[in-house]
Amino acid sequence: MESRRNPRAVVDPKVRQVGFFTSSQPDSSSTQQQQQQTDPIPASASSPPVSTISPSGNSLSPVMIPPPRLNSSDTFPLRGAAAGASSAVSPSSFSYSNRRDFPDGSTTASPGRHSRGSFVKSSTPVASSLPGIGMDSMAAAKSSSVPASGLTTVSVATMPPGLAEKASGMEVQSDQKKNSKPLKEKTTKAERRAIQEAQRAAKAAAKADGGKVPPGTSASVASTSVKVAKPAKPSTQKNEVSVAAGVTEKKGGPSEKDRKKDAPHPRMQYDDESRVVKAKRRAVVKQTEAKNRVELFRHLPQYEHGTQLPDLETKFFQLDPMHPAVYKVGLQYLSGDISGGNARCIAMLQAFQEVVKDYSTPPEKNLNRDMTAKISSYVSFLIECRPLSISMGNAIRFVKNRIAKLPITLSESEAKAALQSDIERFINDKIIGADMVIVKHAVTKIRDGDVLLTYGSPTAVEMILLHAHELKKKFRVLVVDSRPKLEGQLLLRRLIKRGISCTYTHINAISYIMHEVTKVFLGASSVLSNGTVYSRVGTACVAMVASAFRVPVLVCCEAYKFHERVQLDSICSNELGDPNAISKVHGREDINYLDGLTNNANLQFLNLMYDATPSDYISMIITDYGMVPPTSVPVIVREYQKEHLLV
Amino acid sequence: MWRSSASFILDKHLNNKPISITHSIDSPPPPSASMADENPNPNPISAYYETRAAHHGIVTSEWLEQAQAAVQRYPDRENSVSPVSGSPFSVIEEFNSWRQQPDLAEAVAAIRALAAVIRASEATTMMELEIELKKASDTLKAWDTTSISLTAGCDLFMRYVTRTSALEFEDFNSAKSRVLGRAEKFGEISCKARRVIAILSQDFIFDGCTILVHGFSRVVFEILKTSAQNKKLFRVLCTEGRPDKTGVLLAKELAKLDIPVKLLIDSAVAYSMDEVDMVFVGADGVVESGGIINMMGTYQIALVAHSMNKPVYVAAESYKFARLYPLDQKDLEPALRPNDFNVPVPPKVEVERSARDYTPPQYLTLLFTDLGVLTPSVVSDELIQLYL
Repeated sequence: MESRRNPRAVVDPKVRQVGFFTSSQPDSSSTQQQQQQTDPIPASASSPPVSTISPSGNSLSPVMIPPPRLNSSDTFPLRGAAAGASSAVSPSSFSYSNRRDFPDGSTTASPGRHSRGSFVKSSTPVASSLPGIGMDSMAAAKSSSVPASGLTTVSVATMPPGLAEKASGMEVQSDQKKNSKPLKEKTTKAERRAIQEAQRAAKAAAKADGGKVPPGTSASVASTSVKVAKPAKPSTQKNEVSVAAGVTEKKGGPSEKDRKKDAPHPRMQYDDESRVVKAKRRAVVKQTEAKNRVELFRHLPQYEHGTQLPDLETKFFQLDPMHPAVYKVGLQYLSGDISGGNARCIAMLQAFQEVVKDYSTPPEKNLNRDMTAKISSYVSFLIECRPLSISMGNAIRFVKNRIAKLPITLSESEAKAALQSDIERFINDKIIGADMVIVKHAVTKIRDGDVLLTYGSPTAVEMILLHAHELKKKFRVLVVDSRPKLEGQLLLRRLIKRGISCTYTHINAISYIMHEVTKVFLGASSVLSNGTVYSRVGTACVAMVASAFRVPVLVCCEAYKFHERVQLDSICSNELGDPNAISKVHGREDINYLDGLTNNANLQFLNLMYDATPSDYISMIITDYGMVPPTSVPVIVREYQKEHLLV
Repeated sequence: MWRSSASFILDKHLNNKPISITHSIDSPPPPSASMADENPNPNPISAYYETRAAHHGIVTSEWLEQAQAAVQRYPDRENSVSPVSGSPFSVIEEFNSWRQQPDLAEAVAAIRALAAVIRASEATTMMELEIELKKASDTLKAWDTTSISLTAGCDLFMRYVTRTSALEFEDFNSAKSRVLGRAEKFGEISCKARRVIAILSQDFIFDGCTILVHGFSRVVFEILKTSAQNKKLFRVLCTEGRPDKTGVLLAKELAKLDIPVKLLIDSAVAYSMDEVDMVFVGADGVVESGGIINMMGTYQIALVAHSMNKPVYVAAESYKFARLYPLDQKDLEPALRPNDFNVPVPPKVEVERSARDYTPPQYLTLLFTDLGVLTPSVVSDELIQLYL
């Protein structure tokens, strides 16, 4: 483990420093520290410019280890797949821009339709244009022993770093079968045994048809990671690493457990590099890391959007154990076609329903265990596409709990039917039904003459407003919106279509507009047990201004989104959006002040997705259990989870 | 909720010393002609506040003694007398007859009346009984929508009675008697509530303290009386309590107990707040946020006390816990009452006639209830546990 951490300590002195001081002087203290750890490396080798010079500098590096680092140049080999897909980049990026336009033009609730069409269109050429890679990787997957051997031999060979880089780059660019074959010959006894083990394991895995990455891909990832490590190390260390890698590979063969263990934890700390690398090795989605990240938020993954999609599309052929429904949902998360807590949760649950429907227990396996493992692997895929929301976490917990609690006496078809109906019930009761109840409660708080303020486009609030309008209540709505998502425009459109009188403004005007507001209705991504509301970024600002103006703030949130966690700030758990979204103003070519500065080390973009609103600013939380003060969230969590287990 | 009732304290206390005045008067006084059926449409004047006013007009210790003496003559009446089966049974009548007892809280009267409904019921299945009960409770609630404790009492009773394993009994009669038993027990607990609160609050009253009270709350009066009986030395500042001058009444009662008492006009609260050590108020209803709905003026007293860092204690029986959540003062069913200013109100001048206000939880320190001494946020906890 340690040996693996070492080279990474070399990584990126620069960004870390920039977070605190603005001096452009390339680190002295941090490099010194690192030099203590990994002395053999000359300081010049660890200097950050390498990354900017390296080919991965232009945003194509698929590795998501934190920013500018030495390794980024070495991980170049991984680009094999990405480079192959590069021809497809342009069509997909078009579909992105289409989608960006889209909210203004759309009339329906699902903005996904349009863009999904274009996405499909773009995807076909990609797939067809790259038969080679797909085939190769399939082949690689079949002969799963090969990568392991390649791994060990490569590490044995001692090459000067520069050479190794070149060699490895070539290796991967040429296909994997070829690169590993010539190396296969000179294996030692121990290595041969390792190969055998791996083969056996791979066979078992293939039989299990478990929901994990075929050993071929994972192995290749592992091998590249070893290569990454190599040039930074003296050869003695190399051997250790390679052995260690071989061992993990061996174990990784039957890998359900391993996969589960290594699946990115929903709250993985992305500045813990060893974890990141571990997760990365397993990762299906190769996200492009943003380079300059704000110091405080380095523990969160930040990706550059728009490059992974074609990559993933090509991957589809490698991921045979991935259920297409899950894959589809994952891609939709990735592209942003499905957003909003409820929509994401429902999409995921429906995909799981499909999974259950198409599931058949492999021989000599237990349905409960195997299905749980399968779901876990799907979940980790979804996490790679986009970090889970808390509501999804709760839903997954529910599904797994249901699977675990299935009586062993049930036949497979019965069990499947039971599961499907359970999931269906969860969707209907906890999400859709809960919204109905919330609407019923919330409408009682709307009186004639009210001016209601809402922020963003919370679905529950929209339902409340529409229902109140149906009840012929006379009120006015103030839709407050913010860049870059401008979700409020969608809401605005739907409200106006129903004939509700609306005012639209951006969050900058909140303090001006607040004095005429009588109630603030907000949505929430989650409510934590100290009453903190975790919601779309900007919500805290709205709530604070409202409470300063003594306007009651009502938060509408289904109880399945409650979580027993306590969070005091919006730093430790959050999601980072596409930094480009805030650096560019779409459709305004004249606003180009930041052009060419995106890779500047002195400039960091922070596009936060969520924030935490302290409970002091919230007058009431409306849930399916009625209207409660924020102080009683723990009570609901307690009661709900009791029920949760019983359901 | 009731399981965790702190009434055991009372039981322990009872063993130690007899209480001079018992509050559970178990039999309704004979209906009097003066208390004719009120119109079930109480608007625009709140029936709840009318009753309160009527009670306050007559609640003096002499009157209480007389009433008690009158009632003691028929100690076992309740068990023997069940409503005549021939005549149509009316909850409202029953409720009103109970309500006349000045020392019986409205909610308890409602609980008694509903228990009588069960007794009088000719239902033959549990479902029928439940429906009948529900109808009766709805009638009661509709009779006076402004009374929070009435609504809350009815709701609580329904939960308490119907949420029981009695419904699984095969035999209807045993189930019914079980439900009836629960109803009686509930009534009993409710009756004891005031004593429990008085005993719980004793730890908070220290020698030499000055207590500000607002309005005539029977619970607060009980607390002060108990403290006086416990030989605590304290001083009471009574607000005047316009417009029905309830504060004057309380002052009179306290003076009889030899408690030093000072009367203030309502607007002198801030003036005298710095000599006050704690504020005691009652509550018409305790809402889900943990705030209280009480006689007009409570909110401003709480505000003043809060700004001067004085504790505000609320004494309220748990049957006043209501599933309401007002966001602000106007977010309530208005309870109006006549308000004369002792001078002719000039024409074209509007008069604020609301009888109560809402005090948000952040201005309250503690709630003394028969469930124990609670912080405001626990109220919601209890309510959720009860209603979910």
